[in-house]
Amino acid sequence: METGWLLPDLEHEVGAEFWHGCGRGELLVQACAACGKWRMPPRPMCPACRSTEIRWDVTSGRGRIWSYVVPHPPLLPAYADVAPYNAIIVELEEDPMIRFAGNLVTSVDGAINEIDPATIQIGEPVRVVFTQIEEVSLPRWVRASQS
Amino acid sequence: MAGLVIRDNLLLGKTAVVGIGQTALGKGIEDSELSLACQAVSAALDDAGIAPSEVDGLASFNMENDREVDLARNVGLGDITFFSQVGYGGGAGCGVTGHAAMAVATGQCEVAVAWRARKRAGKGSRPWAQTAGRISNNWQWTRPFGIIRPVDEIAILTRRYMHDYGGTRDHLANVAIAFRKHANRNPVATMGHKTLSREEYMNARWISEPLCLFDNCLETDGALAVVITTAERARDAKHPPAYIHSYAQGLPPQHQTMTNYFTDDPLRGPAWTAAKRLWANSDVGPADVKVAQLYDAFSPLIPLSLEGYGFCERGEGGPFTDDGNIEWPNGRLPVNTSGGGMSEAYVHGFNLVLEGVRQIRGTSTSQVEGADVSLVTSGEGVPTSAILFTKEA
Repeated sequence: METGWLLPDLEHEVGAEFWHGCGRGELLVQACAACGKWRMPPRPMCPACRSTEIRWDVTSGRGRIWSYVVPHPPLLPAYADVAPYNAIIVELEEDPMIRFAGNLVTSVDGAINEIDPATIQIGEPVRVVFTQIEEVSLPRWVRASQS
Repeated sequence: MAGLVIRDNLLLGKTAVVGIGQTALGKGIEDSELSLACQAVSAALDDAGIAPSEVDGLASFNMENDREVDLARNVGLGDITFFSQVGYGGGAGCGVTGHAAMAVATGQCEVAVAWRARKRAGKGSRPWAQTAGRISNNWQWTRPFGIIRPVDEIAILTRRYMHDYGGTRDHLANVAIAFRKHANRNPVATMGHKTLSREEYMNARWISEPLCLFDNCLETDGALAVVITTAERARDAKHPPAYIHSYAQGLPPQHQTMTNYFTDDPLRGPAWTAAKRLWANSDVGPADVKVAQLYDAFSPLIPLSLEGYGFCERGEGGPFTDDGNIEWPNGRLPVNTSGGGMSEAYVHGFNLVLEGVRQIRGTSTSQVEGADVSLVTSGEGVPTSAILFTKEA
């Protein structure tokens, strides 16, 4: 079903592996197969050693909220329907320089507008969940304090 | 400045803006973007007292919908021996002006024109609303989560800035109110007749928390242009020349345009990179700047730019705006004296370039006394550019 959500191209060479990982329930980070340095977003060349050899590592899926925003209309219809909602940037527990955008929810099926934005704190620990929208699994985040 | 080697400075004082021109600025203007561009360039040439046939250089935004050939055929330009484009939207205003100046300084042309024409209804005016197909570029890392509009992207950096440095909405209100006061003195400003109080700011509707309506720039139809030539020719110009003293572009390591969340230090943006070269190639420093036009698509870009260009330490850009410090006439550094993008007009920041020139000419509606060094900057948050105008070559 068409949702009107803005979704990634699952076939595109740069990002496909990441999104396929989400589909398997894994939060991947691209690493240089030569020097091992992690990088996000993915790209063809390692800025540290210029190798084009790529590896994908599975992360812990745990992190902390680095920042967040609460968009209000005017927005595209699919997003206006749930506005105001939250969007967050998460820094990864293993390497805080690796960051992912997402949304804070209370469960994998939760809506992105169900958490009171006033309760969101920069630095809060979170863990990843994967929500299916059309054929795409999107990484979203629940509070680590939730069981 | 430490770290940068200065070779022969081919630019300093070698060129000047000798003509400025603009169309009406506002909403719902019927003329096409091309017509507006031609009208602005034509007005700038008349202001300079230079015939179209003498123009031999062009510099434009790569987001401009109409091309050099279209402009040249309409305005009746002569043989063009230099033409270049600068990317990144609001980052390009000083960039095109600087490219034009470099081309004149290095002898690639003698009279160069830079311009920007934009209609909010024009194609490409709201790239975020173009939703066809799946996302394969860098927006795939943010847009699926509802970080869609430029205001959402900058609001994320703003929230982190507030967290790290204790910036407040009062600081952002200082910015919005200062620019509105300046616009209230400028008869062509879109917000020329509308005042803005702190209460109105605090009660305004959210657009993307922590940013409210008044933290956003206007949406404007219109066009503006500048004419640049050699310092030698500038001495005979109709108006006092605004000499191009220093100019730089800025694209920092690992930068990602608008969604700069993936570097070690996301709040150290392109301004820092541009500033390093701008000041290194200059005979003056931040303390010598009498008036600044700082790119203001969003209010938080002002504290970031104040820090990036060295007017204060990191984290002090918010408090810098207190006590009327960025207001004409008594502020320590009057900023955006025509009202800027938030209260005069938003034409991708190109109106800031013209106001920077007017300050040197002495013709601003909020004229800073003794304005002999005038700074203009382009978009913070995107690969950017900055320019220093001086009264003396």
